[in-house]
Amino acid sequence: MSDFLQFSVTGITIGSIYAIVALGFVTIYSVTKVINMAQGEFVMLGGMIMFTFLGIGLNYWLSFLLTILAVMAIGWVMEKAIIQPTKGADPISLIILTIGAAIFIRGVASMIWGKGQVRVPAFTSNEPISIGPATITPQSIWVVLIMLFIVLLLYILIDRTMIGKAFQACSVNPMAARLMGISPARMSSFSFTLSAVLGAIAGLAIAPIMFPAYDTGLMLGIKGFSAAILGGLGSAPGAVLGGLIIGLLESFGAGYISSGLKDAVAFTAILVILLIRPSGILGERNVGKGGL
Amino acid sequence: MLEVKNVTKTFGGVVANKDVSFSFEEGQIVGLIGPNGAGKSTMFNMISAIFPPSEGEIIFRKQRIDKMPTNAMAPLGISRTFQNLQVFKNMTVVENVMVGRHIRTKTGTLRAALKLPGTKKEEVSAYDKAMEYIQFVGLQDLYDHLAGNLALGKLRLLELARALATEPKLLLLDEIAAGLNHKETKEMSNLIEKIRNNGTTVFVVEHDMDLVMSICDKIIVLDQGEKIAEGTPREIQSNQRVITAYLGAEVEKNAQ
Repeated sequence: MSDFLQFSVTGITIGSIYAIVALGFVTIYSVTKVINMAQGEFVMLGGMIMFTFLGIGLNYWLSFLLTILAVMAIGWVMEKAIIQPTKGADPISLIILTIGAAIFIRGVASMIWGKGQVRVPAFTSNEPISIGPATITPQSIWVVLIMLFIVLLLYILIDRTMIGKAFQACSVNPMAARLMGISPARMSSFSFTLSAVLGAIAGLAIAPIMFPAYDTGLMLGIKGFSAAILGGLGSAPGAVLGGLIIGLLESFGAGYISSGLKDAVAFTAILVILLIRPSGILGERNVGKGGL
Repeated sequence: MLEVKNVTKTFGGVVANKDVSFSFEEGQIVGLIGPNGAGKSTMFNMISAIFPPSEGEIIFRKQRIDKMPTNAMAPLGISRTFQNLQVFKNMTVVENVMVGRHIRTKTGTLRAALKLPGTKKEEVSAYDKAMEYIQFVGLQDLYDHLAGNLALGKLRLLELARALATEPKLLLLDEIAAGLNHKETKEMSNLIEKIRNNGTTVFVVEHDMDLVMSICDKIIVLDQGEKIAEGTPREIQSNQRVITAYLGAEVEKNAQ
């Protein structure tokens, strides 16, 4: 029983990170129909850039803010550099371009920060707290809180603002949205920037727990993508659900079967779920239609 | 206000519009009619910049618009509705119309994301404006319903409200009365006249002859991609080429 609780806590923590990464995928996909394969790299950059800012002696929360702005700028530049000039290219080609961008970012990161892991201190003291038979680090609680905060923020942004309405309109009916004067280029830029912010926040939250390295983004990206697919690509609640499910599967797989097999357990379970429900848990049947 | 100059549109080998020219002035209701396949919708799609003409020019208020992107049309003052409705199904009626207010709001991405003061005010005013248009078309009782659950007649009114919310100078209505019953069509005619009287020029593609003949100030007739007539409803009704185009061989047979 104590094991079960401990694995659940670990699973929810890592699942929250997957959920944030998955939300990044969904944000870009719903407007542009592009899967941004560099989403994991945004997360890695979040941790790495924070490390650099702290290294030059900046205040913790100032570094936090600057990191988000820096990754946000990278996301914006990436969209301007590879998506904007290829106007009208089909999504598959754009996805391949994002894979290229991911490899490029990883390469540059390995030059700047080397191949080793870096350490970033936790938000607050890292004394583990005991809750019954399980122990939990304060950072884990932060991770979950940040995920919840992001979900709330996205909800307000998408559902309660004009730009959010334009965003939704683009994803539901791109043609009618254009007729309403919504520029698809602006929305595409907005989605990449927003998604870079999500990646950066995920990176900042997870860095004190998993010590990022230049290639951390690869696996996080794949897991986040799986979470987005599992939840039903295009559905934000699905992304959160998918992330948590994968986190829990992984944690239980590592705990009860073998820690070497944790990824295998998670991916096998995803395959089974997708065989039963190809459109994902909360997915619509017509995923893949539309686009800019 | 709108001038179509020698416009030709081909899709592969099919000629949808061939050397069509016409123009009309502000403050009118203008009708575009013709038998099925005459190229009316193609002409509409070019005027609303869904796709560009193969040849020719389209000029709106002294500005060439045929090479512009679709999303540049609403800020210029051209808005339209669709024969096969294009609403945002999973949004409510009022949200749909609010999207139409998008270009009339100024808040940038960052301001909206940070929820700076002023964003809220703008959101509220967009909502109030949207409600005005909803009231104008008479959908006020359904404002919080999901668009996906509305009946066809209501959806047409919703598209009309959304198009009006962009505050167009020129409103393009593509078969707005298709599928409407007699009463709804009558109400639609009244609405269109009201819109013209409020200062918006209206350009309609329509199959319902009663509607066209009763409200239009000017009618343009296309047949097989070419313009065959232009004039007041009275002139069009007595035009021999128009009658032949619509009734075709029937007339000739009767004549024999």
